[in-house]
Amino acid sequence: MVRLFGPLVGLFFAVALFWSFGNGAYNAITQPTPATVEAEFHKHPKEISFSFDGPFGTFDRAQLQRGFKIYQEVCSNCHSLKQVAFRDLAALGYKEPEIKAIAKNWGNKAQTFDPKTGDRGERPNLPADHFPPVYYAGQGAPPDLSLITKARHGGGQYVYSLLTGYAEQAGYKNEKGEELLKKFPDAKTPDGLYFNPYFANLNLAMPAPLASDGQVTYSDGTTATVDQMARDVSAFLTWTAEPKLDKRKQTGWPVLGFLIFATVLAYLAKRNIWADKH
Amino acid sequence: MSFPWANEYKPVHPFMRYLDERLPLPRFVYNAVGGGYPVPRNLNYMWNFGVLAGVALVLQIVTGVVLAMHYAANAGVAFDSVEHIMRDVNWGWMLRYAHANGASMFFIVVYTHIFRGFFYSSYKAPREMIWLLGVVIFLLMMATAFMGYVLPWGQMSFWGAKVITGLFSAIPLIGTPLQQWLLGGFAPDNAALNRFFSLHFLLPFVILGVIVLHVWALHIPGSSNPTGVEVKQESDTVPFHPYYTAKDGFGLGLFLILYTILVFFAPNLLGHPDNYIPANPMSTPAHIVPEWYFWPFYAILRAFTSDFFFIPAKLMGVLAMFSAILVWFFLPWLDTGPVRSGHYRPLFRKFFYLLVIDVLVLGYCGGAPAAEPYVMISQIASMYYFLHFLVILPIVSSIETPQPLPFSITEAVLGKDEHAVLSATSPAVA
Repeated sequence: MVRLFGPLVGLFFAVALFWSFGNGAYNAITQPTPATVEAEFHKHPKEISFSFDGPFGTFDRAQLQRGFKIYQEVCSNCHSLKQVAFRDLAALGYKEPEIKAIAKNWGNKAQTFDPKTGDRGERPNLPADHFPPVYYAGQGAPPDLSLITKARHGGGQYVYSLLTGYAEQAGYKNEKGEELLKKFPDAKTPDGLYFNPYFANLNLAMPAPLASDGQVTYSDGTTATVDQMARDVSAFLTWTAEPKLDKRKQTGWPVLGFLIFATVLAYLAKRNIWADKH
Repeated sequence: MSFPWANEYKPVHPFMRYLDERLPLPRFVYNAVGGGYPVPRNLNYMWNFGVLAGVALVLQIVTGVVLAMHYAANAGVAFDSVEHIMRDVNWGWMLRYAHANGASMFFIVVYTHIFRGFFYSSYKAPREMIWLLGVVIFLLMMATAFMGYVLPWGQMSFWGAKVITGLFSAIPLIGTPLQQWLLGGFAPDNAALNRFFSLHFLLPFVILGVIVLHVWALHIPGSSNPTGVEVKQESDTVPFHPYYTAKDGFGLGLFLILYTILVFFAPNLLGHPDNYIPANPMSTPAHIVPEWYFWPFYAILRAFTSDFFFIPAKLMGVLAMFSAILVWFFLPWLDTGPVRSGHYRPLFRKFFYLLVIDVLVLGYCGGAPAAEPYVMISQIASMYYFLHFLVILPIVSSIETPQPLPFSITEAVLGKDEHAVLSATSPAVA
């Protein structure tokens, strides 16, 4: 029975697939899929290196503090960071009084609700609070940045590339030397959006947030070039997405070392036990 | 249920003798995975993967039970509760990465185990029941993994749930009501998330139960082996312990090393970035893809792009995707060649390797966007997949001339077997 019906079922699926294949091939020839502006002009993130790359890499605390300053003075005007608490800043090297001060002086206040009276109000943030929500009055909803480097292909490299990748659309060419507006005259960036080839659909609502060198003054004396600021905030956002990165790698090595040792022993034990059976 | 020369459990300590007369659990373990289970002496490392799959399941249950203590199955807070585990729970990041990558390791091991079965025709008599139970385990694993992926309630969780439950809507007449009944609503939401969590917690223990049956059925004829020649005599076997506990111990070490590298150094390598975006029913991801272990079946689902007579393309895809696994149930009766091992089946072996390549190609296409040339490649690859199992295997097993088999496992290992000279019809013991 199986050997009778099996081949029939197999041929049924094969013929149906061939039918789909034939239709697909016919369509591919008669109506080839038009090239899209995203496919031709979207760029992959720039290959830059960070201190936390690779199995031995760790966060650079000074860089994270600089990146936090960028977030504080630039990004936090529109973007929330709700998965992170002020107390977590201790991992960046801030001392308790500093964290208390950062929380207390944070622009957006913690929201309060008194269930007895129904009164809503505000109070200064405490170290135990998460970063408060940002209510954005403009168009679109700026994404929460807590996990942004894990939520995009390329992670920190993507954030860096996006921040430094704004370009003038007029005259923009890809690697093949094709000019965007000549090839796709309809793909002009709409008013109110900004052209950035590192963004998935090339046009995003965020204007270049890091516009000029020296926009932020670093307290450690590092020169705040746009490139430096973009690197620092990308590192900071990698930390917000993966705060346990250092501990993870530090734990991994002893575990791996133990397992390699144990596996060698297991191999020798196996050889010993099997010695007379081959 | 075992060979007559199997070692017998002999408790030494008075307490063990006392226990053996009342609850012979140690005897049961001894006969199942101890010195009391005679195993062919020629098993290669492909035979490690059954034990490894068992270990992977236990790791998933242990990490999963602890994760469940901190996770909140509510569409409003599920995503944040996972981040709470990652940030605030002691070693929570390790538990979660171990659980997520543990699923991948489980599938790597189980796919190897299944393809071992294909190559050595482990499904052939008298081991059909082991094979059928194995396919049941695999189906349960797929359901469990799918529902587990929904729990973090990220974008891929939500849209994956939407696509996969949407498959049921392809069934004529009852499809849409069935989908709504399964989801507890018109789209995945709190009701779906809660029942997925409940089932995700339950099914691993169902899997454990079917594994008990799988191993029980295994112990009736005993393990198969790379020659496919049945055990004939005591010199063909060695006791499971210490021989295979030692060999599995080494394999387990390698498994854990790979697992450790994933968990501690590349924990998100096999995941999709979109699942770190909270679920948003109003924003469809550009490419909805399941986890890598579903890619071959996803490619088959998407390969049907044209209606076939009166059958809609979607229904064809759903039928084909489920058939792609259900066809494994019929393998023992599709491949009727008398010889088991692919080592002695030259023609079969060529098609086996073609199948391996075919499934890898399907996997690649399943993970790629639903665009050309991937769709056309997956159509060809799906065609081969069905023809392989349903047409080629029955034909090959009828027409091929197998190469001569060794007289016994002993002869295969040692190069000679004195019984081979004395008697060519040594009674097979089963």
